[in-house]
Amino acid sequence: MRNRREFLKEAATGALILGTQSSLGLTRAADPRTEPRSKVVIARDPSLHGPDGKLDAARVGALLDRAMATYTGHARPIDAWKRIALEAGAKDKVIGLKTNGLGGRGISTHAVLVFAIAERLQQAGVKPGNILVWDRNARDLQACGLTINTDPNQIRCYGSDVSGFEDATETWGSSHVRFSKILTRECAMVINLPILKDHSMSGLTFAMKNMYGVIERPQELHGGGCNPGIADLNAFPVIRQKIKLTIGDAMTSVYEGGPGFRPEHLWQPNALIIGQDRVAIDQIAWGLLDKKRTEMGLKTLEAAGRPPRYIATAAGSTHALGLNDAQRIKLIEV
Amino acid sequence: MNQLKLFLAGSLVALFAVSMITGCKKKSANPFPASGAVAGWEKSSETRTFEPKDLWQYIDGDSEQYIQAGVVSTSTSDYKYKGQLEAVVDVYTMGGPDGAQTILERGQTRDAKTITIGDQGLQYAQSVTFRKGTHLVRIVAYESNTETPQALEALAHGVEAGL
Repeated sequence: MRNRREFLKEAATGALILGTQSSLGLTRAADPRTEPRSKVVIARDPSLHGPDGKLDAARVGALLDRAMATYTGHARPIDAWKRIALEAGAKDKVIGLKTNGLGGRGISTHAVLVFAIAERLQQAGVKPGNILVWDRNARDLQACGLTINTDPNQIRCYGSDVSGFEDATETWGSSHVRFSKILTRECAMVINLPILKDHSMSGLTFAMKNMYGVIERPQELHGGGCNPGIADLNAFPVIRQKIKLTIGDAMTSVYEGGPGFRPEHLWQPNALIIGQDRVAIDQIAWGLLDKKRTEMGLKTLEAAGRPPRYIATAAGSTHALGLNDAQRIKLIEV
Repeated sequence: MNQLKLFLAGSLVALFAVSMITGCKKKSANPFPASGAVAGWEKSSETRTFEPKDLWQYIDGDSEQYIQAGVVSTSTSDYKYKGQLEAVVDVYTMGGPDGAQTILERGQTRDAKTITIGDQGLQYAQSVTFRKGTHLVRIVAYESNTETPQALEALAHGVEAGL
């Protein structure tokens, strides 16, 4: 029986999610005196966009494979995906792919990435009907370039507008929410597929804020620059337990004026950012966004008066969701 | 027969009264050009309208700055140019002209080009934003080609005519 302290420590590092024997990117220290670290992989391909400005599907697939191989240590991508499905306890169960289409066309999770992941999950033995691509509603999914499909024999794609929300309101900290039944009832595990964006209130939106799309009334968590709303939401047990991996879409981004589509501030980092620790991922993303803003002559998010304070809140002892200390994040760039 | 005459007379009076009442009302503005009203542009979706309390459903965290600037209602519709270039038109009706100006100036960057439209207009490679009275209009194209700026400006003038 683990005590609360051990529980929080494991949850912070991701070990709880995938089991203490996990080899999925988590660096477990052999020496107990050594502090655990979180691994984040950034994989880049500067030629990801073709001359016409569109993403090259083959290159996206190759980038995904390279990122996953680096993250998991498995040379063959199929082994990485098998491990994900097995370790997550999702064999023969539904694996959700949570996209983000709120920003509308042009700045939503790219369908080509969703297709590449779904293809690899099937290669790893996951039945098409056990893959469920989802978001808030049909409009958000269509903004990603996806088509609604509820056929149980095929890859399914629909939103919480179809499934509905739980009747019961749950509370964590100051946040009161009703979860999508897709999260609570349908998915055994979820792969988080956010898109990196500047955000006028929270500073940035990426791994953690994508969870706003799994509840009924996310607008109620926007106060105080979404702090502690984002941290609270990610602390709910159902999210801790089911969101097992983040594959962040940083192929196209918006560095100012977000979270909506702002073509005058579009940016192509041409990257995927992978990890289990959503706090660590957002901390890394903050650095990327600030670097770009500085290059473009804009103030950093801190100087602009909207630092993503929710990251420190999420890393703090009350929430204990992950690590935001750069010294404890093992960042690998490939 | 007399009853019929009385009925017809009463109906005419009622019809006249209704037409007077509705005629006195200010014509409700529809700034969204119908298909073909602006050369090359087709209106490709229904118009959706959001009250301030529901604006988050459309623009998430962006809604807060519009609410602070006094937005009263927001309407949006998709358009397509020559069957290929897709764009979205957003019309924000603010409580006063100051609110529209606040939002317009907040988003301005160095590469903005001033255009003559409404009270003030800005153009970028893939977007046009302008204000007219209490309205702030933002038109964004999802792709950019050589025709995009000119096509967006034409659509913007079509929208302006309906405000």
